[in-house]
Amino acid sequence: MSISKRHNDSLQPVAGNGLLDRRALLGRGVVFAGAVSAGSAGSMIGAAAEPLVDGPWSNEVGAVIPPYQVASRFEKHVVRTVDNPDNVPRNSRARTPHHLLQGIITPNGLHFTICHGGVPDIDPEKHRLVIHGLVKRPLVFTLDALARYPMVSRIGFVECGGNSAPLFSNEPIQANVQALHGLASCSEWTGVLLSTLLEETGIDPKAKWFIAEGADSPRLHRSVPMKKAMDDAMVALYQNGERIQPGQGYPMRLWLPGYEGNMNVKYLRRITLTEQPAMSYYESRTYSQVLPDGKAYRFYFLQEVKSFIANPSPGLTLKEPGYYEISGVAYSGTGRVTRVMVSADGGKSWGDAALQEPVLPRAFTRFRMPWRWNGGPAVLQSRAWDEGGNMQPTRAEIIAHRGQTSKPPSVLAFPSQHFNGITSWAVDTKGEVKHVYA
Amino acid sequence: MSTRKLLLGAASFLLVAAAARAESPELGKSISPTELAPWDIHIMPDGTGLPPGSGTFAQGKAIYAQKCALCHGENGTGGQSAALVGGPPRASLDGGKTIPNYWPYATTVFDFIRRAMPYTQPKSLTDNEVYAVTAYILALNKLIGENDVIDAQTLPTVQMPNRDNFIIRFPDRI
Repeated sequence: MSISKRHNDSLQPVAGNGLLDRRALLGRGVVFAGAVSAGSAGSMIGAAAEPLVDGPWSNEVGAVIPPYQVASRFEKHVVRTVDNPDNVPRNSRARTPHHLLQGIITPNGLHFTICHGGVPDIDPEKHRLVIHGLVKRPLVFTLDALARYPMVSRIGFVECGGNSAPLFSNEPIQANVQALHGLASCSEWTGVLLSTLLEETGIDPKAKWFIAEGADSPRLHRSVPMKKAMDDAMVALYQNGERIQPGQGYPMRLWLPGYEGNMNVKYLRRITLTEQPAMSYYESRTYSQVLPDGKAYRFYFLQEVKSFIANPSPGLTLKEPGYYEISGVAYSGTGRVTRVMVSADGGKSWGDAALQEPVLPRAFTRFRMPWRWNGGPAVLQSRAWDEGGNMQPTRAEIIAHRGQTSKPPSVLAFPSQHFNGITSWAVDTKGEVKHVYA
Repeated sequence: MSTRKLLLGAASFLLVAAAARAESPELGKSISPTELAPWDIHIMPDGTGLPPGSGTFAQGKAIYAQKCALCHGENGTGGQSAALVGGPPRASLDGGKTIPNYWPYATTVFDFIRRAMPYTQPKSLTDNEVYAVTAYILALNKLIGENDVIDAQTLPTVQMPNRDNFIIRFPDRI
């Protein structure tokens, strides 16, 4: 305690209600003293008061090392939430537990998944990728063939267009960060750039779009501008070093950095170059956003600059007043995150958060902010900026243009999509955290 | 610059050019339209891709009762899956997107049924059956008459009420 106190005395407030200068995070003691822990309270006084003993694990031989390692049995609560466990005939979703994770890479088993016809069981030997339409040479590729092409690896997020949709509710829905923002994850994707394959097929200059189609049961298809094909679209084969998970599109998916999740077609089997978009079910109905005047957006594509605090967040109760590290993720489909500010007084005053390296374009960026909670009420918010000069809007700014529901919907409903506004967590005097609008 | 340097420069350029070509193993195999046919199912808003065949409300009604009603309800009124008829005059953030009040193109109805429905047996309907179920749903919604025949010529001409109510969000990205 004396160590942390010495460092804490040097911390300078930068904004109201206990926010401290981010340079405090350069001091290692502060980071350890202030970490919010999902499990134990992490009190240094308590740890020091317990007598040190050898656990049974220190006095016996451990288990056999498994060929494929999974998390400790003590981490069984760190799982996705699944909303269609009986696989009834509708969409199925699994959400990422941001409040239990750190850093910027989502573990493969915890990457969010949405399937519109269950998870297909694809034999990679029999899977094919066809590229045809307005090309000079229609071609078909096997997975083995694609695996011999020049590969690139890039770290980036995938976010469902409907992530954070509960914040379109007219009243704040009491749910945790996993339920509200769990349809976004970040991985290192490795594969072949689509432009590499299109060099081989040749492109008819009339092509303005390509239609990507999956091998899943709805044969899900989305239209994507050729601009994205030539820019950074990837036929991804690997996710964080291993072959893509079945929930992410095994054996291959389209990855469109920064674009709406549904467009990143999984189980990719066909790419058709066309002059016009297909106006598929998913682009003309589902991923089209109603506006208050009865008009609707189509081809939103971009996942705009956004951030949310994962820790503290609902369910992670603060045990006692003192020093904590506020942390969360920020990202933008436009490029790099350039700045994240945090408020502890509901937006009245703001301080700059530290951005954890690496800060990569179209990837999660971890932000951290030291905070001295005085035990009183606080409203925590984060706000991000990107290198395109875009600022994350407030919720009020979003609903002024996009509308809100007339009554609270189910937390699983999608009243609209592309919500990138500020999230507010209220901390009460007991240290409990609630979702509020502020 | 000396001739020697120029030659060296030219030589290294050729090497780079050769390397660029060699970067791709060129392992794609040619595929013919006949070979593509089983997968070539995209229907475009102008009707491109619509197959031969046709269907009517009456034919569709029988197929619907057998293959669709279990999930979508009798006469398309909805069940554990979405309603295919009615809905509010216009969709809002409270929900209510339906075929008559929202879908911009009738071709999408055919395309989606053929590629994805019935949910548990996708792509099991014949093209005539898909035309018939499409005609049934469009007629239930008074978007066509009960005696109209839906085929590759008529389907793209069906006027969907909400067609002109869409705004492209980021035109510069297209």
